[in-house]
Amino acid sequence: MIEIDALTRVYGTTAVVDNVSLTVPRGEICVVVGTSGSGKTTLLRMINRLVEPSSGSVRIGGEDTRGFVAYQLRRRIGYVIQGNGLFPHHTVGQNIATVPSLLNWDKARIRARVDELLTLFQLDPEDYRDRMPRQLSGGQQQRIGVARALAAEPEILLMDEPFGALDPVIRSKAQADLLAIQRRFGTTIMLVTHDMTEAMALGTRIAVMDAGKLLQYAPPAEIISRPATVFVDALIGSGDRPFRMLALQKVRDHVEPGAAAGLPIDEEASLREAYAECLWSGRDAVPVVRDGALVGRITLARLTALAARPQ
Amino acid sequence: MAARSQDAMASPPRRTGGGVDFSALLSRFDRLGVIVALIVAAGSLALPFVTFKANRIAPGQPLGISEALAFPEGPVFQAVILAGALVALIRLPSSLRLAAGLLLIAALGLMLGVAATGLMPEGSRVARVSPAAGFWLLVFAFALVAADALARMQLGPMTRLGLLALVALGLGLMLWSGLWDDVSILREYANRGAAFRSEAQTHFALAFGSLGAATLIGVPLGILSYRNRALRTGVLNSLNVVQTIPSIALFGLLIAPLSWVAANIPGASALGVSGIGFAPAMLALFGYSLLPIVANTVAGLEATPEPVRQAARGMGMTRRQILTKVELPLALPVIIAGIRIVLVQNIGLATIAALIGGGGFGVFVFQGIGQTAMDLVLLGAVPTVALAMAAAIVLDAVVDLASPGQARPR
Ligand SMILES: Nc1ncnc2c1ncn2[C@@H]1O[C@H](COP(=O)(O)OP(=O)(O)OP(=O)(O)O)[C@@H](O)[C@H]1O
Ligand SMILES: [Mg+2]
Repeated sequence: MIEIDALTRVYGTTAVVDNVSLTVPRGEICVVVGTSGSGKTTLLRMINRLVEPSSGSVRIGGEDTRGFVAYQLRRRIGYVIQGNGLFPHHTVGQNIATVPSLLNWDKARIRARVDELLTLFQLDPEDYRDRMPRQLSGGQQQRIGVARALAAEPEILLMDEPFGALDPVIRSKAQADLLAIQRRFGTTIMLVTHDMTEAMALGTRIAVMDAGKLLQYAPPAEIISRPATVFVDALIGSGDRPFRMLALQKVRDHVEPGAAAGLPIDEEASLREAYAECLWSGRDAVPVVRDGALVGRITLARLTALAARPQ
Repeated sequence: MAARSQDAMASPPRRTGGGVDFSALLSRFDRLGVIVALIVAAGSLALPFVTFKANRIAPGQPLGISEALAFPEGPVFQAVILAGALVALIRLPSSLRLAAGLLLIAALGLMLGVAATGLMPEGSRVARVSPAAGFWLLVFAFALVAADALARMQLGPMTRLGLLALVALGLGLMLWSGLWDDVSILREYANRGAAFRSEAQTHFALAFGSLGAATLIGVPLGILSYRNRALRTGVLNSLNVVQTIPSIALFGLLIAPLSWVAANIPGASALGVSGIGFAPAMLALFGYSLLPIVANTVAGLEATPEPVRQAARGMGMTRRQILTKVELPLALPVIIAGIRIVLVQNIGLATIAALIGGGGFGVFVFQGIGQTAMDLVLLGAVPTVALAMAAAIVLDAVVDLASPGQARPR
């Protein structure tokens, strides 16, 4: 759990983070969005005290961070820096092992952890462990950056635009990986992004920042349906609202009994995908399957109703 | 087609519009090779290969290749040089050009020895045969070919070190075989063997000692300056001032304070401190060494990419760990580059130490100038140049080996 209380950071005369309070419950993902320069990175870096707050406080797991020695606090919190920041003179394995080595884990345990993480990110340990960072693609480097942050099994993970340089396909893959890992370890995550679609896909709650102020902190559906300010509304994009709404839910929860013609859709797909399938194939309903077996159908009428603003 | 272009080579076209593709023909030639061929022509045809003197200060008698070498060595040698020039002129694989360059230099050395032995009057101890402008120019030309080929081949650091060892071995063999015993420089050496060895030791002590001291003090000073901006400005500015003082002036400036130290501080003179001699020479070289080392240490540390430094902090490294695990390893190639600058500079500068009685190879250079005996000057200058070149090659290789991000075998 991360509790942020009236946190402020002043540079010169401007408060780049201005009286921000929010709580991220254990095991949830808080996604911070906002325009460039709105103070997202500064907010994130005050949590592990890379930036000392001008006023206000941060508690993790109920303990005030000011009670820790700064570097010991940071070893407990995973941190993925904007632009990955891998150590160019260390191998992939040494990079991932950074925090475990600082914590004096024994060699066998470090090695096992490195291989486990590489496997988790679908990079063959035999092939990748001893490579240098410059021998990786940009996307692979970012994945190693995330693996490095996760290495010492932190309860809290801070991620500053971790998927910034990825193409859309790899990006949604990386997001899915992150969600799987987060569920597996129950990590509490605070993630900064510019990409609203990514925020909707990952966030349990979304924090919208502008000019240092927290404008709204709410679950995605609420951000879409009840934007707190004109700025939040503009950030979502009015033309995308119904589709963002559909993207938040899965077919699984809206299956109706009955039959439909044509290619089926998996129940794990989002409503947005089902809607797109209806429109593209000109059907009023699409059959739904679970593990390949037919379980019912989803109708265009239902999807249309779900895309409307909640009352 | 092949015959056609061979014709074209044999008789160069004079008109560009006459159906001969001039640029295609030119593209067969190596650009540097054209220059090398011109130098070789000048060196082998127009300038003397060796100078013969009845004694070491008598006026020299310049001899061309055909005069210096008898039949059949002379014509054979000229054919070899011609072949070398052709290899340089035509575009060929770099490895071939490198081999040709090195072989030609070896052949030049061989011929110098043969010429000296042939020209030396029987039993003479005073006659001198010295390499002359033509010889040096030819060595320069083929060294150019070899160096150019080396640069193009982009060999790994270990291969470069291996080549250096090979060249050193070749040189050692030539010296050991007695081939050059009649060449003037070695005549001078034969008369001064003991002095040469002791001056060589002094030269090494001056160059490497001042480097070692400057590294031991300069690197920590660089680290402190990197962390403290006020200190950095002060340190770099004062070292810059030291660097601008001409070396002779610096030696002079040191005489008074060191004499005072020797006279007034008990035990100082017993340790070898005095106004002239080894101590001021060492101190001056040390002073000149500090700036490149401190400046490169600061620059190397500063060049750590900001995201890397922030990541190190974010992972929970202490300041000391960030310095030793991240900043210093990343700065190492730049710091070693500073050490390389200093070593090459000091090997050269140490010759001047002889002016204030500091010893080193400079002793022969200044004695030689005093006696207008060029051979003696060369006895000091040639080892200095060779040493500086070898130091540059070795340390360049070390810089490469220390560069981060290199996939090193572990
Ligand atoms: N060390 C600093 N000194 C002075 N001003 C700073 C410093 N760090 C950040 N700022 C200012 O604080 C503001 C917020 O910066 P921050 O890096 O938190 O923005 P951000 O929301 O992360 O932006 P981006 O999306 O571009 O990464 C910016 O206007 C920036 O110029
Ligand atoms: Mg940022």
